[in-house]
Amino acid sequence: MLVFFGWLLFISYVSSKRKPDNVGELLKFDWLQEWPKWLDLPLMAWINDAFKKLNETYGWIFEAINNFLLAMLVALKNFLILAPWPLVILGVVVIAYFASGRKIGTTVFVGFCTFFIGFLHPIFWQKAIETTAIMLISIFLCTIVGIPIGILMARSTRIRDKLLPVLDLMQTIPAFVYLIPGIMLFGLGAVPAIIATFIYAVPPLVRLTDLGIRLVDKEVIEAADAFGASRKQKLFGVQLPLALPNIMQGINQCTMMALSMVVIASMIGTRGLGDEVLLGLQQLNVGKAAEAGIAIVLLAIVLDRITQSYGETLQERSTPQNKKK
Amino acid sequence: MAKIEIKNIYKIFGRKPDKILPMVKDGATKEQVLEKTGHTVGLDNVSLKIEEGETFVCMGLSGSGKSTLIRHLNRLIDPTDGEVLVDGQSVMNLNPEQLIDFRRYKMSMVFQRFGLFPHKTVLENVGYGLEMQGKPDEEKNKTAMEKIEAVGLNGFEHQFPNQLSGGMQQRVGLARALATNSDIMLMDEAFSALDPLIRSDMQKQLLDLQSQLKKTIVFITHDLDESLRLGDHIGILNAGKLVQVGSPVDIVMNPADAYVEAFVKDVNRAKVIKAKIIMKPANQSNDVDKSDLIRVQEDQFIEEFLPKIVCKNSNCEVVDKQGHIKGYITNKELQSSLIKS
Repeated sequence: MLVFFGWLLFISYVSSKRKPDNVGELLKFDWLQEWPKWLDLPLMAWINDAFKKLNETYGWIFEAINNFLLAMLVALKNFLILAPWPLVILGVVVIAYFASGRKIGTTVFVGFCTFFIGFLHPIFWQKAIETTAIMLISIFLCTIVGIPIGILMARSTRIRDKLLPVLDLMQTIPAFVYLIPGIMLFGLGAVPAIIATFIYAVPPLVRLTDLGIRLVDKEVIEAADAFGASRKQKLFGVQLPLALPNIMQGINQCTMMALSMVVIASMIGTRGLGDEVLLGLQQLNVGKAAEAGIAIVLLAIVLDRITQSYGETLQERSTPQNKKK
Repeated sequence: MAKIEIKNIYKIFGRKPDKILPMVKDGATKEQVLEKTGHTVGLDNVSLKIEEGETFVCMGLSGSGKSTLIRHLNRLIDPTDGEVLVDGQSVMNLNPEQLIDFRRYKMSMVFQRFGLFPHKTVLENVGYGLEMQGKPDEEKNKTAMEKIEAVGLNGFEHQFPNQLSGGMQQRVGLARALATNSDIMLMDEAFSALDPLIRSDMQKQLLDLQSQLKKTIVFITHDLDESLRLGDHIGILNAGKLVQVGSPVDIVMNPADAYVEAFVKDVNRAKVIKAKIIMKPANQSNDVDKSDLIRVQEDQFIEEFLPKIVCKNSNCEVVDKQGHIKGYITNKELQSSLIKS
């Protein structure tokens, strides 16, 4: 470690353009007063070089990802936009009905919220669909990547210890830091928004999957072992089903975080409800911004109710009501 | 050949158990090891044999290592040193696939807090072992239903475990263990979480089932009355060491050390001791007053004939099943057997 640190110091000194003319100047020690200009780690230059190289050599990979995601997005969006709006509302209501375990209250509430999105302003209907399409694809990506990673983390403490700081980093680093390279790799529009949303929204899902699996009663796992369940049988037959309420909570969190990225993503030219908010702000049109804001909240409520109540339905079935010790 | 043989098992919990092992083998106590190294000694040179068809009860207070011991039998825990033989086959030498097969067919287990799958119905829970064995659904459900009936839970097969009371849940656990038809059943404090009345009920049910099935049962408990009632042999663990192994009468009559003595101090001895244990053999009983004798079977517990003797104040003659006189019990023998030693 110490050697590495010394090496970093040496490299920074050598590569600095503003080093003192001669060693004699260093011996005056007035650089102890203020942070010296030559004590500067050239991380910026390194990242820029690496990024440039990445873009040049592996550009085709990003191109492919871009095309793939875009195709998926356009298909989903067109499908939802071309469908008559009452049909879409009906679809949402049906999904809410079954996800909530046939609770009438939730279903009606969700139906009204969906209706009010369009009712606020006709243009919002299409915008909301664009936003939803981006979110659904982000959440889909989160699910297929996040849940397996969560499972891996639950299985091995070593992987967990290595991944936890990465998750922390993903959650704390400001979104613009990866939005901009996203634009450079994928171009303006929906795809960098999907990628940014994914980075921002996947950590809670990974964490809750990991937690959910770890929280499964130890004795139940022992029982599965004692009756000779293989690792696979244990995972799919016992651990995942019992962790499902937590995983659904993770998907719910994932959805909420994804939605909070919508406005930020509109700043890089992603179309959707976010750009209505942005437009309202730019025109100092408070009413317009508020209307669009409410539409986003309504969308959030609809998605939250559907994912949340599905988790609750699962939980009701599987938690012991009378735990005896 | 013993059904299960445990040879010099050591189990040390901690970061580097192997390094601590020589110290434990040299006779350091659990406290010394914990103080010096921060490692916990779970089991310290435990060896025992369990015969086919018997109920072996392993007893000790919490922290004595009894749950650790039972988990060595199906390798839910690996020992630090030592060997476990089941039917002469070393459990330690099994590769992962063999171990899975071993657990599927050889042993089943009942857990203290039941260990039922909350997302499966009673029927699915009971059939779990059979599902693991790869039995077709039809056969699985048929066997599972039989076992559900055997433990008296018919009508509940489509309920989820959390809809049942504690006693019923443990019946499900018992049925699940019976369903795999394994010859060894491990029961880890199986009845400890139940109310006294239900516990007594379950003990009776286990005794009834065992009289038909003759499985090899390893039963863990911290309750002496339970171990005396169920066990053919009892092993007493203290701080990871096996302090005494013997039949219930052995344990009560000849405790090996102060620890066991303290354990059996309050036990109702009349419940445990049989007439033949305390009788004076017939050929040494010429001086016994043989008028007005009460006849008792040699296998009867003192408790069963004590009231008669007290009421009539006369001596007993002890007979075997054919009615031959084996010996006599006078007040003197009765007194000495019941007074706490």
